Amino acid sequence: MQPTLVHTAALGLNWPRTSRRRCCAITDRQLLRTHECDGITVDMSQPMYWDRLDTPLPDKAYKDVLTAGDKSLKEKEKGPWNQLTKEEKIALYRLMFCQTYPEMKKRTDEWKTVVGGIFIFLGFTGLVVWWQRIYVYPQRPRTLEEEWQAKQLKRMLDMRVSPIEGFSAKWDYEKGQWK
Amino acid sequence: MSLPKPVMRGLLGKRLRFHLPIAFSLSLLAAIAFKYAVTEPRKQAYADFYKQYDAVKEFNAMREAGIFESVRPSGE
Repeated sequence: MQPTLVHTAALGLNWPRTSRRRCCAITDRQLLRTHECDGITVDMSQPMYWDRLDTPLPDKAYKDVLTAGDKSLKEKEKGPWNQLTKEEKIALYRLMFCQTYPEMKKRTDEWKTVVGGIFIFLGFTGLVVWWQRIYVYPQRPRTLEEEWQAKQLKRMLDMRVSPIEGFSAKWDYEKGQWK
Repeated sequence: MSLPKPVMRGLLGKRLRFHLPIAFSLSLLAAIAFKYAVTEPRKQAYADFYKQYDAVKEFNAMREAGIFESVRPSGE
């Protein structure tokens, strides 16, 4: 049983290229060659290539412009596939696709940036709140003082707030203490 | 390479026949549990409270504590 061309490469074979190879969705375009400094413009009305985990088959192959060697390989692909060598199969895969699934799923260190950024902004927010506490906040309400809170508690018990299952139910009125 | 044809129809019906009885019985169970764990003890607590409740005594206690504005404590 011949594994499909996609499956062989997607097993994560070590492709003998540099690990810093960057694959992106922008490909060579015969019609649209910009060498300006303001960046590459992409004609979004044409089929695009992408590396996405959730969409396995992009609208077009990765490589548009094939060298003579690539073209001859594509001709050979039209024949029986068990006559292709392993390297040829991998080459054909790399013509169709930029990254394999394992390459796409590779762990990055992005989470460190994210967590670091979160902490930085939390810290900055703390400084802002501290400044606000000194220069913005109004005076502390007198209802939060200890004495006032004690008087409030006594008044609630005197009024018999929630005497059945709630607040005053937990107070022993004979002994004058919490049950 | 010939796999059996997958089931194409009746998927929702099958799911409902499995999950609906479970959903209904769990909901019923939740309602029954709430009734006997919460509402019945609460009703009993209220009943017990009012069995020994003397409204006048409570009123006088509250009056002496000075929380009313219409009746001041008996001393004043």
